[in-house]
Amino acid sequence: MRSTDVIGWFFDIGLNDRPHVGGKGGSLGELQRAGIEVPPGFVVKTGAFERFIEALERAAPLRARIEALDPDNLDAMSGCCQEIRARVEHGSLPAELSDAISTAHRELCGMDRQQPVAVRSSATTEDAVDASFAGLQDTYLWVTDLDQTLHKVRSCWASLYSVESVAYRRRRGLPEEGVAMAVVVQKMVDARTAGVMFTRSPVTGDRSVITIEGAWGLGSAVVGGEVTPDRWVVSKVTGEISTREVSDKLIQHRSAAGGGIEAVSVPTDLRRVPCLSDDELNSLRSVARRVERHYGRPQDIEWAVENQSQKILLLQSRPETVWSAKEAAPVASAAQDPLQHVMSIFGGRR
Amino acid sequence: MTSSAKPTGFPLPSSLKVAPGTERAQAAYPYHIQFSKADDNRFWFYNSMHFPEPMSAFDMVTAEAAYCALGSANTRVHCLPTTLGIDHRIINGRVYIGGNAVTDPSEIARRTEEFQKRAFYYYENWERLYAQWREKMMALIREAQSFPKPELPEFEPLAHVRAGRGIASNHDLLVTYQKTLEGYFRMWHHHFEFLLLGYGAYLTFFSFCKEAFPEITDQTVARMVSGIEAEIFRPDEELRRLARRAVELGVESHFKEGRSADAILESLQSAGPGGGAWLKELETSRDPWFNINVGDGFYHYHRAWNDDLSMPFAGLPGYIERVKAGESLDRPFEKLQAERRQLIEDYRELLNTDDERAAYDQMITLAHRVFPYVEGHKFYCEHWYTNLFFNKIREFGALLCAHGFFPQAEDVFHLNHYELEGAILDLMSAWSGGSAPRGPDHWPQIVAERRAALEVWAKQDTPPALGEVPEVIDDPAIVMLWGISRESLDAWLSASAQGDTKEIRGFAASSGVVEGPARIVKSVDEISRLQKGDILVCQVTNPTWAPVFQKIAGAVSDIGGSMSHAAIVAREYGLPAVVGTGSATSRIKDGQRIRIDGARGIVTILQ
Repeated sequence: MRSTDVIGWFFDIGLNDRPHVGGKGGSLGELQRAGIEVPPGFVVKTGAFERFIEALERAAPLRARIEALDPDNLDAMSGCCQEIRARVEHGSLPAELSDAISTAHRELCGMDRQQPVAVRSSATTEDAVDASFAGLQDTYLWVTDLDQTLHKVRSCWASLYSVESVAYRRRRGLPEEGVAMAVVVQKMVDARTAGVMFTRSPVTGDRSVITIEGAWGLGSAVVGGEVTPDRWVVSKVTGEISTREVSDKLIQHRSAAGGGIEAVSVPTDLRRVPCLSDDELNSLRSVARRVERHYGRPQDIEWAVENQSQKILLLQSRPETVWSAKEAAPVASAAQDPLQHVMSIFGGRR
Repeated sequence: MTSSAKPTGFPLPSSLKVAPGTERAQAAYPYHIQFSKADDNRFWFYNSMHFPEPMSAFDMVTAEAAYCALGSANTRVHCLPTTLGIDHRIINGRVYIGGNAVTDPSEIARRTEEFQKRAFYYYENWERLYAQWREKMMALIREAQSFPKPELPEFEPLAHVRAGRGIASNHDLLVTYQKTLEGYFRMWHHHFEFLLLGYGAYLTFFSFCKEAFPEITDQTVARMVSGIEAEIFRPDEELRRLARRAVELGVESHFKEGRSADAILESLQSAGPGGGAWLKELETSRDPWFNINVGDGFYHYHRAWNDDLSMPFAGLPGYIERVKAGESLDRPFEKLQAERRQLIEDYRELLNTDDERAAYDQMITLAHRVFPYVEGHKFYCEHWYTNLFFNKIREFGALLCAHGFFPQAEDVFHLNHYELEGAILDLMSAWSGGSAPRGPDHWPQIVAERRAALEVWAKQDTPPALGEVPEVIDDPAIVMLWGISRESLDAWLSASAQGDTKEIRGFAASSGVVEGPARIVKSVDEISRLQKGDILVCQVTNPTWAPVFQKIAGAVSDIGGSMSHAAIVAREYGLPAVVGTGSATSRIKDGQRIRIDGARGIVTILQ
């Protein structure tokens, strides 16, 4: 397993490699580097994307056509985007790229040809709005063979040419040169329970609590809002569980017979059962603390409990943005005379 | 008013009627603590935290002396800027209190200047003044211990005559009684010398934590501040020590579950050298650590461990079992201290800036300095001294009872303290005149009437508050001591509007959720009813209850805040607890299944 300018294994990369491996890939590498367990995998780096686009350019111009689009002419833009997406998704990969990805895929999955992987886009842009257009949602789960994997990598690349994404770049007059996308390929976690957690309260912004949401099966049901998850508020410091809301979890996501995932009903006797034990909540708390300490700021984390091993794995961690953006005025400042602090109690309302 | 509109106020004091047939018992309370028409213009709340039951005529002194001292500390000594003292009224035996807020900005400014000269001096010289306080308090206790037992001999002892004493024994009664009463009032001044300042410094840190960490639980802040080796843990520690000694001395088989304290003592007396040695150990523990009463110091019938060994002895078999199982019952001081340090450090790390961290350090440093007083004073004031006080009154009761004033010595507590002085003077005069006292014709009927009134009053509903709710509750004394805020009053109002009796709210004392059968325990005699897994529901718990904490699954009390002794002991035992519910013992029925959520302070009646 060797990283190249096309392939970057998680253990070789970190956040600083973001320009080549994207935010998601960099974060997974960074987590692994910090000693936190993530499903093993590699990133198809932006170098691969660039070589592929250059190959397409040689056949027919691509970037110049996009730069020539009028952002106000939606019909023209939509037609052009559709055509380019088709070229990206169906154009044949240069042999050196398909060889490199195939080799990495074989190294990741070993002899097990049925080993499912997740293929996820990993945007390089710092711009959150742009990133959200550029296929932040493009995650393909339970991809079961190499051909499918190669295809889904191109689907992720193609998301850069959605109408919304292109319109956004055109309105701001951003050059197409440098627009790139990395793609994460990692082993699929067969999750018993999965969900998200924030290392602060989304309600009050309190940094001393962790809010954990989870449901049965794959995390996509929680992230996609298809199930009302169980919810806990856990003290980051003491581990006290101050809120426990067990919901009626009607559906769960699991692998479908021919690859991909499907939503199925949760067996009646499990619907109202908490999907995590107190011990697991406590383990999630300590993982969350380690991740937050590593990054030095509150995080928004996706996690899963693996079905066979019951191990906790992290699927993603990104900085929490809402509360961090509106960091409040200090609660109190050091006083020249420390006794002055008591006037906040004795001096009447401030 | 539409049906959905929330009520904005509570009944007016004038609308509250004395229960029919109890008017004469109500008149036993002095005129200045009876409600008047003018009181309708003020806001009052029922102090169920300290006075959860109707007060007998004598026990009213606990309110009188306490508010006399609290008010002078706030109004005149430390000059709190936004509040003066607290007035109290008694109706149907229930104590209502109302604060006197200062709202005029120029007056607040004037008082702020005084406050900073006075209170800051106390903070700056805290350790020295507190050491001095302990000396004063111990001197007061020694003085009370030196008061002679009230007695009237037939003839003055010859020794008195030969010494030319020139004062007869009847005068000693008056002196002892007046000194006893004076000492009690003085004790309350000592009690409040530091209390508000201590709570204020604690609350400063508490408020900071609540603002910086809006979801932090009260008990977590309390754990950061509370002491590890405080006096309140000592009685229970002594009990653990006695359990260990019983095993070491080989006399543990004498401590059987359900066996009375007297039976255990008797069998130890004939248990050879081991039994004798253990009884000696017991004596060293008793003085002073069994000088705690099973209440909070406001009712004469909350007896001290020393006067009724059934509470401490109830805990011994359980502790002995644990010693035999090889468990160390010692509290791991160093480990607890390390945990506290870690807790403080972990929250500190989560603050946003170094400036905030510096403010946090300043506040917790002050809170740690003042806290030994906040935790320690109760042992000396509400327990040790109060026991001496009530026991001395009991001796007067025995004397008056012996002279036919009333059928039982305990009946003395149906006389208020002015009346008691009168009865003592009656006896003094009769003794000196060689005639019969008038009391035996006067008091028995009154005592019977007042005893009956207490029973009527105990069954009466008591509105939690009276009068119009003020716009803001900005009185630090009331917020600190009773946890009353605009929000809690609104909650009372809506609870009374909805009549919701399934959910009872109190203070979050010790986190954890537990379900179990409720066991209502109103007096120490009933503690033997507690079975493993029961949830104790009582009026007040304090360190004296610790021995039974090893048996139960959770605790609910009518009285107490998140820094109350019950809360501290429950946290120590890792037992879910909700305190200060005001009404749990009257709203929950014995045996009902309840759920308590100690992190949120909610008790739910499940059936």
